[in-house]
Amino acid sequence: MTLAFEKRKTVSRTAIVVVPVVSFVASLVLTGALLMIFGANPLATYAAMFKGAFGSGRALTETLVKAIPLSLTGLGVALAFRLKFWNIGAEGQLTLAGVAATGVALFWSPWLPAPLLLPVMVLVGCAAGAAWAGVPALLKTRLNVDETLVTLMLNYVAILFSEFLYYGPWRDPKGFGFPGTRMFPKEAWFPRIAGRAHVGLYLALVAAAVLWFVLNRTRWGFELKVIGNSPKAARYQGISVERNILLAVLLSGAICGLAGVGEVAGISRRLQQGLSLGYGFTAIIVAWMAQLNPLAIPFVAVLMGGLLVGGDQVQMVMGLPSSIGLLMQGMILFPMLAGSLFTEYRIKRVGGQAVRESETGAV
Amino acid sequence: MEDTANEVPLVEMRGICKSFPGVRASDEVDLRLERGEVLALLGENGAGKSTLMNILSGLYRQDSGDVFIRGEKVDIRSPRDAADLGIGMVHQNFMLIDTMTVAENVVLGMPSLPFVPDMAVVKRSILELGERYNMTVDPDAYIWQLSVGEQQRVEILKQLYRNAEILVLDEPTAVLTPQESHELNDVVKRMQAEGKSAVFITHKMDEVMAFADRVMVLRKGRVVAEKTTRDTDPKDLARVMVGREVLFHIEKGPFEPGAVVLELKDVCADDERGLPALRELSLSLRAGEILGIAGVAGNGQRELSEVITGLRPVKSGGISINCVDSTNKTPLQIIRSGVSHIPSDRMAVGAVGDMSVANNLAMKDYRAAPISKGIMLLPRRILEFARKMISAFNIATPSPETRVKFLSGGNIQKTILAREIESCGSLLIAVYPSRGLDIGATESVRNELVAQRDAGKAVLLVSEDIDEILSVADTVAVMYDGRAVGVMPTAGADPEEIGLLMAGIDPSEKETRL
Repeated sequence: MTLAFEKRKTVSRTAIVVVPVVSFVASLVLTGALLMIFGANPLATYAAMFKGAFGSGRALTETLVKAIPLSLTGLGVALAFRLKFWNIGAEGQLTLAGVAATGVALFWSPWLPAPLLLPVMVLVGCAAGAAWAGVPALLKTRLNVDETLVTLMLNYVAILFSEFLYYGPWRDPKGFGFPGTRMFPKEAWFPRIAGRAHVGLYLALVAAAVLWFVLNRTRWGFELKVIGNSPKAARYQGISVERNILLAVLLSGAICGLAGVGEVAGISRRLQQGLSLGYGFTAIIVAWMAQLNPLAIPFVAVLMGGLLVGGDQVQMVMGLPSSIGLLMQGMILFPMLAGSLFTEYRIKRVGGQAVRESETGAV
Repeated sequence: MEDTANEVPLVEMRGICKSFPGVRASDEVDLRLERGEVLALLGENGAGKSTLMNILSGLYRQDSGDVFIRGEKVDIRSPRDAADLGIGMVHQNFMLIDTMTVAENVVLGMPSLPFVPDMAVVKRSILELGERYNMTVDPDAYIWQLSVGEQQRVEILKQLYRNAEILVLDEPTAVLTPQESHELNDVVKRMQAEGKSAVFITHKMDEVMAFADRVMVLRKGRVVAEKTTRDTDPKDLARVMVGREVLFHIEKGPFEPGAVVLELKDVCADDERGLPALRELSLSLRAGEILGIAGVAGNGQRELSEVITGLRPVKSGGISINCVDSTNKTPLQIIRSGVSHIPSDRMAVGAVGDMSVANNLAMKDYRAAPISKGIMLLPRRILEFARKMISAFNIATPSPETRVKFLSGGNIQKTILAREIESCGSLLIAVYPSRGLDIGATESVRNELVAQRDAGKAVLLVSEDIDEILSVADTVAVMYDGRAVGVMPTAGADPEEIGLLMAGIDPSEKETRL
């Protein structure tokens, strides 16, 4: 008797919930083993991390501060990933949108009516994110250029461009040489909810709900699903594959851009060093952990935000490097990816000689 | 070879059976291959040729039956087992890494390869092999730099380098120019002279005559004839291959054609490689008529269906549907003008395997009420619609939510058929609609096509099965080399004549060209 994998006929709803939870626990165990090597008590470390991330009002709002951009960029990349467009350029899209929103806040505020300033910042920021995603999307759909490399490399272009601006022409003349622009006028600040957590939280939740609705309840979402599963079948059904990929990736970039607007308008209130903290890369983990389901992404983002904030606490309380938090992020991904096997397959006992059936079933 | 008959055959397969969901791909097949012999496997698509060879080369496991190599019973569990037994297969889609060199590809995956292979030695042996078999390839060239014919040579060199005694070639000439085919034949003959053997899969009669010593003809997973090429000719093979069994009678209303629905005038189009696939093809099809396109696969049938449905550009000539020009319109425009299409590639094009039966059924009708309302999609309506279709077309599925790829071939086809018939306006294009299906599913597919014709629609049926065309269609056209070579009513048509036209032989000539 042997064990064999068998593809599930329908996606198991139980597995969708159980697998991420089990994966998370598995990653705790794995990281625990690592912590023991460092000579730390895993349980005490986890307790410190949890307390640091969720244990107080301030901890909680700081976790949310990180969850907002993670959630938005997670949504953005999840949309692109559903079409098998590997957008790993969320970081660049976020950064460029931050730059664009900064430009509006600094240079249009004198003549733009105050109530319009924030909406215009959001629109221009999203447009910048979309445009930055549009470059690889156009190259992919027109010339079949690999999007993975282009999106990755454009990140550094955007980041260096933003550095150029706040070190150079946009630097605050009264900033004592500190690299950053001057503070935005008050009308260009995102209202805060609690602590540093800002209204970007609502935007992220609304974006998640809207994206879920678009993907599951509209004709366009249906077309995207067909394209993501089989571009050939989509073309045969009269669905324009190139056009829809382009549109979806523009939307993906716009959502990532929203994260950048939130960062400059809600947190730093200026463009400065530290706009890009790697949210756009962590977003990839968030998207996969949420199995590309928009409704799950905000929850996963809070968890990841907690890991980041809690990781900092570990440094202070336990005297461990804060990179433990980053390490755990990585450790989560492995069981997650391994776990996704079980949502697609189940283990079946087979007797004697039978071997896994050829999947294609072609004759 | 006269004296080899008493020896133990090099390969013997006995009673091989293999089923895929809904299809018996191999049904009690016996096969013998002698040392130094070239055996051709001839048959239509889906006849079970590739399945049999995939079993021999370790890609599939037979459900029952035994394989003997050099008289010993063997258990071939993987391509590596097959390689150890001296069996090498050259697949239709080459298994080469584009960005690596010829030499690297040749040694790739060899278990005996040292950690740091001495590439100079490898290259030298490749050059030696190339010289020995008269197929020189630069061992330092990258695969992407090579033509398709050269890539095939690399595949063959790869097998020769591994000392393959039994070379299996899956439709080797399908991708070759006539000149390259000729060279391939030369290579095979040289191998044969060294005592190696080959099996090659084909559906072209003239190749059998040129390449092989013996031929086995398969139909629907069974061996229907076995002949030495000396004792046969293309005419004879054409007759055996297409068969003459009439499986069932189809009830058809009287033939009362209406207005012209589809008209093609001097249409030219290229295939993926940029070679002409359709050469000034002209056809016309009327309402209430089934036009059967007969022909061996690869003579432009798929391209014909694609130019009509807007999936392939027309280079010159014109197509009109219901007297409206539809040349080079988008697929959506053509769908909207009332054209439905059952594509030849069921799994990759016709259906989305990872989506549910319900979603697959809705894949044409989702654009309009009642399934959608404005931009909104109504999932409950999709399910309602799917339930209705599942019962109307007798689709056997555990539930509408089941992913399509878990249905049998026949039920996948019924799903596509249901969707296309439901959304059909005036023209239905069905490409190999019953290929690989069992008798029950075949019958229901054929009856549906006839029902559409009786309802006044125009049906274009592309098939390799002459019986199917003769029993279902009103008119038949044979496609050969991108042209429609004979258009005649099916009533009173001579299957043998059609078979000859399919083989590229003009029946009016008394002597065969080969």
